[in-house]
Amino acid sequence: MISQLIFLYCALVIISTALLAVRFHNPVYSVLSVLVLFFHIAGLYLLLNAEFLAAIQIIVYAGGILILYLFVLFLVNLRQEIKGQRFVAHHRLSTVVSIILGLSLLAIIPYFKLGAKGNYPVARIEQLTHTKALGLELYSTFILPFELAGLILLIAVIGGLVLARNDKDDTANDVSDSTATAISEVQK
Amino acid sequence: MIPLSWYMVLATILFSIGIYGFLVRRNIIIMFLSIELMLNAVNLNLVAMSHYLDSLRGQSFTLFIITVAAAEAAIGLGLVIVLFRNKKTVYVDHINELKG
Repeated sequence: MISQLIFLYCALVIISTALLAVRFHNPVYSVLSVLVLFFHIAGLYLLLNAEFLAAIQIIVYAGGILILYLFVLFLVNLRQEIKGQRFVAHHRLSTVVSIILGLSLLAIIPYFKLGAKGNYPVARIEQLTHTKALGLELYSTFILPFELAGLILLIAVIGGLVLARNDKDDTANDVSDSTATAISEVQK
Repeated sequence: MIPLSWYMVLATILFSIGIYGFLVRRNIIIMFLSIELMLNAVNLNLVAMSHYLDSLRGQSFTLFIITVAAAEAAIGLGLVIVLFRNKKTVYVDHINELKG
């Protein structure tokens, strides 16, 4: 009974903050309401006996990704953003499309059937603690995807550095320019 | 005990709100934020199903999705910075160079 009430509270907050996030004029308010949403999703993970994922959700999403969004948001001229139009030209059509998609997904849900049970019942996870159980699973069954996740993070680090680098006073262009002028002088 | 369908309904609604935000907003940063909403809806679905299936596969998958989301945010926001440096705008309807 209490868990149902907690679920309903979290669901209410998640849906309302998600709606607010996509409708706020001020993008800083959007990011902050998504922050509240992430905390309540972490609450639902706790309700589902996934403590480690709840901690990861708060550390990575709320602590890492949203801070990145806030930093990039400093690019935007907030005054112009608040006064200007926040939706694209054909937003009514997009609203209809998303509502139809949501309703059709909701209509599919009653036909869902659970598959075969796995070998980690709640009692076993509670006995092992969730972190240890997830670690056992990650380092045995999912060892290759785990390594690939590390590779993806490395690519993200290098890609972020390369993309955000300032090319204005790049010496490579100067070198190629000087060689090009030298070649043209030789041709003359 | 909470039925699994409650979680699935909540995840579906959150996913649809993410789709809505991605389609209607002009600001590319808020569009990326809507993608995060959709990823969170999928994560919630996976964790709920793996809890009700007595399995840890969905939760391991959620961990990988969070990794990919972090990488996606870093690369995507780097792209936004490059876009802003070249075009001085973050609005998607100002970026129409390919339009004939």
